[in-house]
Amino acid sequence: MWQDFPLFPDSASSVSGRVDAVFFFLIGLSIFFGVLICALIVVFAFKYRGTPLRKRGTPIEGSLPLELAWTIIPLGLTMIIFVWGARIFFAESIPPADATDVYVVAKQWMWKLQHPTGQREINNLHIPVGQAVRLTMTSEDVIHSFYVPAFRVKQDVLPNRYSRMWFRATKTGVYHLFCAEYCGTKHSEMIGHVYVMEPQDYERWLSGAAADEPLEVAGRKLFESQRCDTCHKEPPDARGPSLVGLFGRQVALEGGGETVANEEYIRESILRPFAKVTKGFQPLMPTYEGQLGEEQILQLVAYIKTLKAPAAGAEDRR
Amino acid sequence: MSTATTTAPARAPENYLNTDYSWKSWLLTIDHKRIAILYLISISFFFFVGGFFAVLMRLELLTPAGDLVQAETYNKLFTMHGLILVFFFLIPGIPGVLGNFLVPMMIGARDLAFPKLNLLSWYIFITGGLFTMYAVAAGGVDTGWTFYTPYSSTYANTHVLAVGIGVFITGFSSILTGLNFIVTIHTMRAPGMTWFRLPLFIWAHYATSIIMLLGTPVIAITVLLLALERLFHIGIFDPAIGGDPILFQHLFWFYSHPAVYIMILPAMGVISEVIACFAKKRVFGYSFVAYSSIAIAILGFFVWGHHMFVSGQSPYAALVFSILSFLVAIPSAIKVFNWTATLYQGAIALKTPMLYALGFIGVFTIGGLTGLFLACLGLDVHVHDTYFVVAHFHYVMVGGTVMAYLAGIHFWWPKMFGRMYPEFLARFAAIVVFCGFNLTFFPQFILGYMGMPRRYHAYAEEFQVLNVLSTAGASILGLGYLIPMCYLVWSLKYGEVARKNPFTARGLEWTTSSPPPTMNFEETPVVTEEAYAYHTAYLNEEDYVVR
Amino acid sequence: MSASSTPARRAQPLHAAGLAHHFEDLPQQHEAARLGMWAFLITEVMFFGGLFTGYAVYRNLYPAAFRLASHHLDVALGTTNTAVLIGSSLTMALAIREAQIGRWKPQIGYLIATMLLGATFLGIKSIEYHHKWVDHLMPGPSFDVSVFGAEGPHARIFYSFYFVMTGLHAFHMVVGLGLMAWITRRAARGDFTPGHHTALEMTGLYWHFVDLVWIFLFPLLYLIGRHG
Repeated sequence: MWQDFPLFPDSASSVSGRVDAVFFFLIGLSIFFGVLICALIVVFAFKYRGTPLRKRGTPIEGSLPLELAWTIIPLGLTMIIFVWGARIFFAESIPPADATDVYVVAKQWMWKLQHPTGQREINNLHIPVGQAVRLTMTSEDVIHSFYVPAFRVKQDVLPNRYSRMWFRATKTGVYHLFCAEYCGTKHSEMIGHVYVMEPQDYERWLSGAAADEPLEVAGRKLFESQRCDTCHKEPPDARGPSLVGLFGRQVALEGGGETVANEEYIRESILRPFAKVTKGFQPLMPTYEGQLGEEQILQLVAYIKTLKAPAAGAEDRR
Repeated sequence: MSTATTTAPARAPENYLNTDYSWKSWLLTIDHKRIAILYLISISFFFFVGGFFAVLMRLELLTPAGDLVQAETYNKLFTMHGLILVFFFLIPGIPGVLGNFLVPMMIGARDLAFPKLNLLSWYIFITGGLFTMYAVAAGGVDTGWTFYTPYSSTYANTHVLAVGIGVFITGFSSILTGLNFIVTIHTMRAPGMTWFRLPLFIWAHYATSIIMLLGTPVIAITVLLLALERLFHIGIFDPAIGGDPILFQHLFWFYSHPAVYIMILPAMGVISEVIACFAKKRVFGYSFVAYSSIAIAILGFFVWGHHMFVSGQSPYAALVFSILSFLVAIPSAIKVFNWTATLYQGAIALKTPMLYALGFIGVFTIGGLTGLFLACLGLDVHVHDTYFVVAHFHYVMVGGTVMAYLAGIHFWWPKMFGRMYPEFLARFAAIVVFCGFNLTFFPQFILGYMGMPRRYHAYAEEFQVLNVLSTAGASILGLGYLIPMCYLVWSLKYGEVARKNPFTARGLEWTTSSPPPTMNFEETPVVTEEAYAYHTAYLNEEDYVVR
Repeated sequence: MSASSTPARRAQPLHAAGLAHHFEDLPQQHEAARLGMWAFLITEVMFFGGLFTGYAVYRNLYPAAFRLASHHLDVALGTTNTAVLIGSSLTMALAIREAQIGRWKPQIGYLIATMLLGATFLGIKSIEYHHKWVDHLMPGPSFDVSVFGAEGPHARIFYSFYFVMTGLHAFHMVVGLGLMAWITRRAARGDFTPGHHTALEMTGLYWHFVDLVWIFLFPLLYLIGRHG
């Protein structure tokens, strides 16, 4: 019913209902306490208005039971809300395994989005209903924030790092996309729309939209044109570690320690190769800082993610 | 400032106002009361400058398209509105004016511990203000009052540096004021004035001073690093050369969240005084109200991360900050309940200060409760950086601090200037302020949940109706602020001469003449009673005016 | 000042010499000054604390760059400066001791010694700054990232902290020297008695604090990775 209420936003994602529920609980709580306090003030103000001093009873110092009551009851209520809110927050933080990727690069003042299949969009995002979508986002300049009110999700987008968010749209329609972190003069124009479509409509859109080559293909071409493969190949004559089956693996580092090979690690290794050197290798790789744009790095990341170890060489992964 | 009128004796007794009229005696004064007046004048100036920017913003937001001013201008408007009102009105407001005037008087001292330092504080404040006003006049600044890097450090090409220096300088004014209050409250209490006989206004200022002392240096160093970043590209906050912009947010909010309590704690102190006086009762649960001020000051230092739930900090850090943010709500709730209980069986007089105080409790309750929405992790992700946040902090800052400031100004005006203001007009203005305020900011809660982001120059059409309501409210609110300005100035010359204790209040400041002599008291007072001893036979009932 | 000229003076015993108009007695005034100074030092701790926090964050992020950059600092000069500063704290403490037992001449002597040691510290510091200037290690556009190879950009952050932290410390030293000059003049005028030398004591507190900041700065900046 709230969907038709003009003072209430669309509710169109798998978490939006849960966020609304805690919202309404808090509204109820606020009305209860707000009305309680205001009613007491009004009643006391008029009942005792103009009471002569001598008519009053013995002076009141306070009351320990009352103090305890209005300390412990609010404390209990707030802890309920805390747990409730934290559960939603963690659900929002962890994307499901079946999520598809979309890569986002923000800049003053536009959103550049790339689908893995190669479609590029500016300020618009087309997604199928019911499908979980995971965004990997970075910024080319200042901090932005990706915000879709109908999905009740928001995530800051920072330069020099990846931030992630995910959502599963539950209702078709066109929804606002806003930049929520002030980013300069045309901050209020850094807006767009999210089109949530039936799967068959989405397929039609995919085939109709002018698609560049898929991301990993673009990434592979880049990989070859930058001559990455001269060093990053299979042992024994490799000067750099093999990238096959790298993504998601634990990597032992030179000088001790381990790290997970996630998107951040790959990006960092391209831009600042000496930061985390794989165990057993010399720090020989040149830096690509300033030579590759954020979108190109995302293509390389997408390509490296596809480099799965062949089934036969599974024992090779150790 | 002559006090001679037809109703007054031909020559008013010597007091701190008429002891010397020269410019020098004002600009080089070390009398805390005169310094309070200097603050009153300068803070009123900043209040109306900041308010003027708000008016322009609300006019722009009347229509969805950005048609009244350019986007660039709009961004400067909200930046300077926030900067001026936060750093030059809300933070120094109540401590600078009412705190300066009343802290020594309430504890029975002749002055603050370091009178020259106190004057220096005001000059530092003015110097910082001049830098900021220079930036405003030279073309403004557009980073938002939060100065988030790397926009402020690298991308903005407005007067960030001048404003940064202004904020840096004015911070030292806060530090010195807080230091002065702490030392004064510790060492200069009159004989018999034990800690638990102190008025709650003093407790509130003590807690505020702790925050000023511990928090302000951190913003000073942060702004200094920002300035160096802009000047020399030292790289600490610039991600392009390895810096971390999130560190800036941590350092900024480490001060700026406690700064919220610098703004609201003194307001709570004022409300305690006013409620007790106009209910003619001791504040219910005095020690709980006192300790809750200290609890807020301490807990307030550990909740800054709730401004950063969507910035990409670790979700576990977010958990800790969320639970602590819920905890800091409890002492505020304790205060609200205790004020309400104070009214029970009181002898209530709905005079102007009391109207503001009762309005404060209602509005602050809403402001506090909506704070829970923002502490709640899953919900904050949605409403963060929307108008919901704007509405929330205006309920606390404008509905809370500004209303309490007005309550305090009306309550102590007769003491400060020896004149009464027109009561009927003042009550009327209080009601106008209350209505205008709610009409301005309540629609913004709805706008925020609908998803309208803050700091938007142009917005989607479905948000218009609520924005029009808000602008209508703002015009009423603006009028509500102009009325007191007019009649208070008028009262300086034409107001009825005030008695020593026109509201039959308790407290040492009411035992001396209005306005007080330069040394505050004829003799050092000796305190034999608890604060708010309204039930003792001290009051002459004939003297006690109800209604 | 308007306050002192007012006839509304309270009837009370004659004010002791050196007692300001708004205090009841000298012990109260002394206590206020001491508490005020300690409160001020707490704000100073928070002021430097912000910097130390930033330093800790980046040292944790870029440990290798910090180690590399730190090795370009001159440990010999740094160590000398540490000794000089500790020496100046000693002479300061001795000056207060002489004031407590009311010996006028050694008191002045120790104060002058303190000032000389402070000036020596600043002199050595400026030599170090000059070296960094010559080597293009001042943060800013002229910073030569190539000195540190791939770690250059992050070494620049180390040098940013180095200059901001030692610069602020040096600023505090300069303020301290100014205070010391004023205090020495008052001491020479014979203002301080065994019972009343609050200003001297407060200056001493400040000086020890500035010394203490250096005790933290020295290992954090100069001695990274030099143990063992």
